[in-house]
Amino acid sequence: MDVRSNEFKSRAAANLGDAKLQRGLGLIKVKAVVNRANAVAEFGDFETLREAGKQIRNRALADLDLYLERFEREATARGAVVHWAENASEACCIVVDIARQNGVRTVAKSKSMVSEEVGLNDALIEAGIEPIETDLGEYILQINDAEPPSHIVMPVIHKTAEDVADLFHEKHGTPRKTDPAALTREAREILRPKFLAADMGVSGANFLIAETGSTLIVTNEGNGRLCTTLPRLHVALTGIEKVVPTLEDVSTLLRLLPRSATGQAITNYVSLHTGPKQLEETDGPQQFHIVLVDNGRAKLLAGEMREMLRCIRCGACMNHCPVYQAVGGHAWGWVYPGPMGNILTPSYVGLENAVQLPNAATMCNQCGVVCPVKIPLPDLMRKLREEQMDRGLKPWPERLGLALWGWAAQRPALYALGTRLAVRVMKWLGGNEKLIHRLPLAAGWSDGRDFPAPAGRTFRELYKEKRR
Amino acid sequence: MSSRDAILGRVRAALERKVSPPDTAAIDAHLAARPIGMQPPRDWEPELRFRTRAEALASTVEKVPGLQAVPGAVVRYLVTHKLPTGGVCWPSLRRLDWIGAGLGMEDRPARGDDLVGVTGCFCAVADTGTLMLLSGADTPAAASLLPETHIAIVETARIVSFMEDAWALLRAERGRPPRAVNFVSGPSRTADIEQTVTMGAHGPYRVHIILVGA
Repeated sequence: MDVRSNEFKSRAAANLGDAKLQRGLGLIKVKAVVNRANAVAEFGDFETLREAGKQIRNRALADLDLYLERFEREATARGAVVHWAENASEACCIVVDIARQNGVRTVAKSKSMVSEEVGLNDALIEAGIEPIETDLGEYILQINDAEPPSHIVMPVIHKTAEDVADLFHEKHGTPRKTDPAALTREAREILRPKFLAADMGVSGANFLIAETGSTLIVTNEGNGRLCTTLPRLHVALTGIEKVVPTLEDVSTLLRLLPRSATGQAITNYVSLHTGPKQLEETDGPQQFHIVLVDNGRAKLLAGEMREMLRCIRCGACMNHCPVYQAVGGHAWGWVYPGPMGNILTPSYVGLENAVQLPNAATMCNQCGVVCPVKIPLPDLMRKLREEQMDRGLKPWPERLGLALWGWAAQRPALYALGTRLAVRVMKWLGGNEKLIHRLPLAAGWSDGRDFPAPAGRTFRELYKEKRR
Repeated sequence: MSSRDAILGRVRAALERKVSPPDTAAIDAHLAARPIGMQPPRDWEPELRFRTRAEALASTVEKVPGLQAVPGAVVRYLVTHKLPTGGVCWPSLRRLDWIGAGLGMEDRPARGDDLVGVTGCFCAVADTGTLMLLSGADTPAAASLLPETHIAIVETARIVSFMEDAWALLRAERGRPPRAVNFVSGPSRTADIEQTVTMGAHGPYRVHIILVGA
């Protein structure tokens, strides 16, 4: 997927005025956020559960090499084929090769963020193979000229039922309908024959279980089950960090993931796959391939961003983020939006290609509070901001301003004089209304609001006076 | 160098491994002990909990005293809901008297146009109101997936408290997981359009559970 993260500011500005998008985003606050809060309250001691989830993910990462080797050994023993991909293009090559060797013409895809990350659909199309997205949201995006998703769990949060009604009417040539249930049935009926005809199913994996060599997916629609049951080949594509030690460990994480994502105690389907179809079975894929993708993950393990690898992709951080709620996921310009995207995008595509993202935050720590595996997201953003400064990636006016401020702050007498002057000038600018309508050097901020003028004296002046 | 070795090499460098190959004792101990993590308090009776949770997830539940009463319950359910009185069932259920109840149940692989699928289950998880289905020659996965109506038979003696108990039962009776383990919690659903929950996405529209027990 193309990286357009350096357009964050302009895209965010455009999205603020997009009424349809704002309506969809508004629903997050009354639905996703409320549903999670109810599920957490119903569970009881969710804080202890979060700590348990963090420990399980830390355990897996602390011995990641060993758990990956064990996973590979067990999966291979059960007849799966394990592939390793260093980067996006290698991941695509592996999947395309499997498809070519087996004469695959169509691929039924269950939702996979890693497949978005590596750009699998484009690679398949280039090889003359038709990918069919089967998750309802992803399907809507695919038939809308392969629009990118704007949320990792709810990919079409930016669209209304009216948008989908127009799209289905145009693309399917069916009578226009706006009821979500009727639209869902229409997609089901269009996609069912495609499932039955698909040669290969591609899924992600929410977890890999080292103990048994199994992949696990959580889904609600049932498309994940269809993709992994009907076609003669199944390819599971996922990141190397997704491994957990045991079925008991994954049971704990499965208490955290759906509650954090959608407020469900469990998703409709939790499917564990171990090896291909057995001789006597009447369904299931004849071949089961697992593609383990690095694409920057091992590098994260070595550095200050290691805690980000605990992420289980629930989307709670974006649902609770005031910036995401205001501008929507497309502003992030790559696969992962919201606070997780502020860390993952610069980490995977380079800070210079996502230079605004560590600043796309208010540092309110709502994301850190709701994260099911306790990733300290604002701390990680702060570290990336430091790196921005160290590498000179900030715009020069900002660097110059901060350098001047730093120089002055180290000279208390000069600093006191400067601030005394500044507050008096600002008081004068405020006039009788005591409001500054236009801030020099910060017009963007004062375009939409007034700046309250200071009273005319600095804190240090007032403090000195009170002590006397 | 293969990609596998390159990736594992980077991971080992990141973890500052001193010896090669690294000692697996620590992971062996954890994989052998398989400690059970945090579970919610068990302040309920499993059968009642299962029923309550399953109904909260939009499944319907009824109870019959023995397996021989199942075909009658199935036909009553189908007739009440104006559904076809035939479909596909697991081969493991072929010995039930479907014909005697007036049902046309075929123990063959499910097709895309089957409307009713009848299955059993390996066990059920009370905590979340969930069915646990194992793939196999006599218990094919598609029967609970392709038809619009899924009817599942659950023996009350097979209701366990938590998912961890289901894994323990699986290890005790089967040793290891089969090709597919599917946990099913109600009819398939989606909330992709305007976050409006809609039943019947790609899987069943209806899940009816028949509890069998005293």
